[in-house]
Amino acid sequence: MKLLYFAWLRTRIGRAEEEVDPPTDVANVEDLLRWLQGRGAGYAEALARPDLVRVAVNQEFAARDTPVARDDEVALFPPVTGG
Amino acid sequence: MAIRVQEDDFDIGAEIKALTLGRTEIGGVASFVGLVRDFVDPGAGQEPTAIRGMTLEHYPGMTEKMLSRIEDEANRRWTLDATLIIHRVGALAPGDNIVLVVCAAAHRQDALQACSFLIDWLKTQAPFWKSESTAAGEQWVKAKESDDALAARWQKT
Repeated sequence: MKLLYFAWLRTRIGRAEEEVDPPTDVANVEDLLRWLQGRGAGYAEALARPDLVRVAVNQEFAARDTPVARDDEVALFPPVTGG
Repeated sequence: MAIRVQEDDFDIGAEIKALTLGRTEIGGVASFVGLVRDFVDPGAGQEPTAIRGMTLEHYPGMTEKMLSRIEDEANRRWTLDATLIIHRVGALAPGDNIVLVVCAAAHRQDALQACSFLIDWLKTQAPFWKSESTAAGEQWVKAKESDDALAARWQKT
């Protein structure tokens, strides 16, 4: 699974992207966020306020119960602030 | 219909001229230009904070996809002859252009309403993030609930 991080999620986690292989019980976005929180201090800090984290699966805005699979591109970012 | 995400500046007059050239069916052009403001909106009773500059980041791929979708939606809702969205990314200074939305139509109401819709939706749907540089350092801009409320006005019930 390809993960992308933007804005303060990128700076707190300390990387813009990575390939991960989550355990099989990571079935949806909520599971993925919980699993990521356990990957280290940067992740725990970045994901401490999950309500401020938006997720896109394959470049589509996703809900917490949106399924995620091995070959998906999943992006984590704060609410958008363009324009 | 056109969408551009770029680091370079844009020339508003030249863009509108190119969009309308030879298109004599167009009766009106509405545009919105977003600029880098030199202050942060202060909270109630607080002094504004000066901004030295801004950096814009985006999600290549998803940005273009969302902008195309927003533009398609505007063309479904209003009768438009041409639309253009240009959004800059990278390092910007106070006074610099950030975004340009142009809508051309036979009649002004279509152009004006579509332009307002496009910028409201872009602000809540397109994956761009601003980081502001102040005397206290760099800080990521927080999303505004008022922007969600403005976008929600266009929600079809």
